[in-house]
Amino acid sequence: MTSLTVFRYELQDLRRSRWVLGYVACLLLLTEALLRFGGGGPRAVLSLMNVVLAVVPLVSIVFGTMYLYGSRNFIQLLLAQPVGRGSLFAGLYAGLAIPLAAGFVLGVGAPFLWDGAGEGSLAGPLLMLLGAGILLTLVFTAVALLVSLLVDDRAKGLGLAILLWLAATALYDALIVLAATSLSDHPLELPLIGLTVLNPVDLGRVLLMLRLDTPALMGYTGAVFERFFASALGTALAAGALVLWCAGPLAAAHRRFCRKDF
Amino acid sequence: MLLFAAVLALAGGGARRIVVAPGGEVPTVAAALRLARPGDTVLVTPGVYREPRLEVTVPVTIIGQGEAILDGGGAHEVLTLRADGVVVRNLTIRNVGSSMTEDRAGIRLDRVRGCVIADNHLLGTFFGIYAARSSDCVLSGNLVEGHAAAQTAAGNGIHLFSSRGFTVSGNRIRGHRDGIYLEFSGHAAILGNDSRDNFRYGLHFMYSDSCEYRHNAFTRNGAGVAVMYSRRVTMTGNRFEDNQGAAAYGLLLKEIKDSRIDGNVMARNTVGLFAEGVDRSEIAGNQFLGNGWAVRLMADATDNGFRRNRFEGNTFDVATNSSTSSPSTFSENYWDGYTGYDLNHDGFGDVPFRPVRLFSVLVEQNEPLIILSRSFLLDLLEAAERVAPVLTPETLIDSRPLMRWRRS
Repeated sequence: MTSLTVFRYELQDLRRSRWVLGYVACLLLLTEALLRFGGGGPRAVLSLMNVVLAVVPLVSIVFGTMYLYGSRNFIQLLLAQPVGRGSLFAGLYAGLAIPLAAGFVLGVGAPFLWDGAGEGSLAGPLLMLLGAGILLTLVFTAVALLVSLLVDDRAKGLGLAILLWLAATALYDALIVLAATSLSDHPLELPLIGLTVLNPVDLGRVLLMLRLDTPALMGYTGAVFERFFASALGTALAAGALVLWCAGPLAAAHRRFCRKDF
Repeated sequence: MLLFAAVLALAGGGARRIVVAPGGEVPTVAAALRLARPGDTVLVTPGVYREPRLEVTVPVTIIGQGEAILDGGGAHEVLTLRADGVVVRNLTIRNVGSSMTEDRAGIRLDRVRGCVIADNHLLGTFFGIYAARSSDCVLSGNLVEGHAAAQTAAGNGIHLFSSRGFTVSGNRIRGHRDGIYLEFSGHAAILGNDSRDNFRYGLHFMYSDSCEYRHNAFTRNGAGVAVMYSRRVTMTGNRFEDNQGAAAYGLLLKEIKDSRIDGNVMARNTVGLFAEGVDRSEIAGNQFLGNGWAVRLMADATDNGFRRNRFEGNTFDVATNSSTSSPSTFSENYWDGYTGYDLNHDGFGDVPFRPVRLFSVLVEQNEPLIILSRSFLLDLLEAAERVAPVLTPETLIDSRPLMRWRRS
């Protein structure tokens, strides 16, 4: 009950904040522009894929940490009241992640809806895109929560958040390229699948790519990936990894939140 | 010629019409063929005729009426033509059965010329139409449908061996090993056929010079279309679509010289056009849409010109295994990845386009890296590579890229 109250308050607070509105407006504008001028539906989905994979994690983690630092006083005030820390934590997370995820779905989904571009063969990829965006939002707000609780200094926390985003979107892939080129004599398909599963951004990208880029992936190696991620084990592993990526940081943050001396 | 034949027929008492009907005066096709004299017409009325190994040794016209079915009984060839000028029309030939040791066919043409095979249905024939050492025949409007479950049990739909001057048009071929297979068969015209869902190639073509293909559709074949070891081949207005797989190509060219490939559409193939050892050929006005690799150009392909082609929605536009130079030229193509400008509004971009992406070079060297497709990092590296090319071939550029696609 208390977490619901916190959630509701936070929702109001976020609605007032121009950040989320700006986020939705940007996504709306971008999607609409891509649909109108980017050469139709399928290519709009492809371009949006880059947005989802880079911008959604960035906004989630940066906005998340900033918001949590900003509401430090509010948290302390609530903690002085007879409110359980667990329910306060749940309200905080839900109040942050759900508006961001909803904003994303609205910003990307609405133009498809009113342009009628999301029907037919595009419905599958679009749903996949929305699903990946929601999951990435959940993962990176959880990470933001953990960062803001681990680091008390606002500037350092923000720096760490941006670093984590950079690591997940670019540095990690750079390591994969390095590893793959230096070990090119070995069969790399399975190790690469393993490495992909360990990074939520890469995982989201590969799952989307398998839906959108099929002709290129029908080559020998692509077929190995396709077979893996289309199999029951692969799907379970991918879904499990994303859930773990959300639950892991969340559990750590929860532990920290319950013990932290504010 | 026709007039001459007609006059001849009149002089000889007129061409006869022999009607074959189950339980009739002439109950079997074999009996009709024994009676037939040159110029006669054998009319086959509806019914199932279980008569394998029919041989046509005089120039007659065989026409099926309604459902006239010749059944091979699952172990034999059906119709063999050994006379010039035979016409076979509107028959249904079925149930030939596969064999590991002989190339059984629904209709075999053996050392003949000027035959016409039109509007027949060949169903579950191991090889549909098999022509050997024949010339100037027409195969048109036939439906050739294989029922084999695996490539090893399938023959070719239309098979030309060492034959010249054939016209193969408007046939629908599916479920065979190769849809149409030409071996040592020059001067053929392959027009408006629809070859799909075959185990290996929709069209397979070896050592056959001076042939032309126009307006055919090749869809969902195991390995696409292969044209090999031939000169002066013209391929115009064909569609190569949905040929996907580890070794599947829209169009695979190997050792092709002095040929023209224009106005074709290659869509959603793993590789749109694969060119190995292709020389002095022109690839113009084709559309490459949504392929994995639009063009894979091997280093031994020289002096080819890629002009006015449209590249749109492909994961890779051009890939090559050559890192230093490009022995082929690209000009005035439309590339959807082109981001340059056109200050003088002549319709061509002012800065050259480099169709070989860094990522395609990386994947060429190390295929598993394809898993990094559309990674943010690679977009960054790509931007850097475009400013200062290090790994991509420096001379493989389109110096006059089209700003907008239009048919020329």
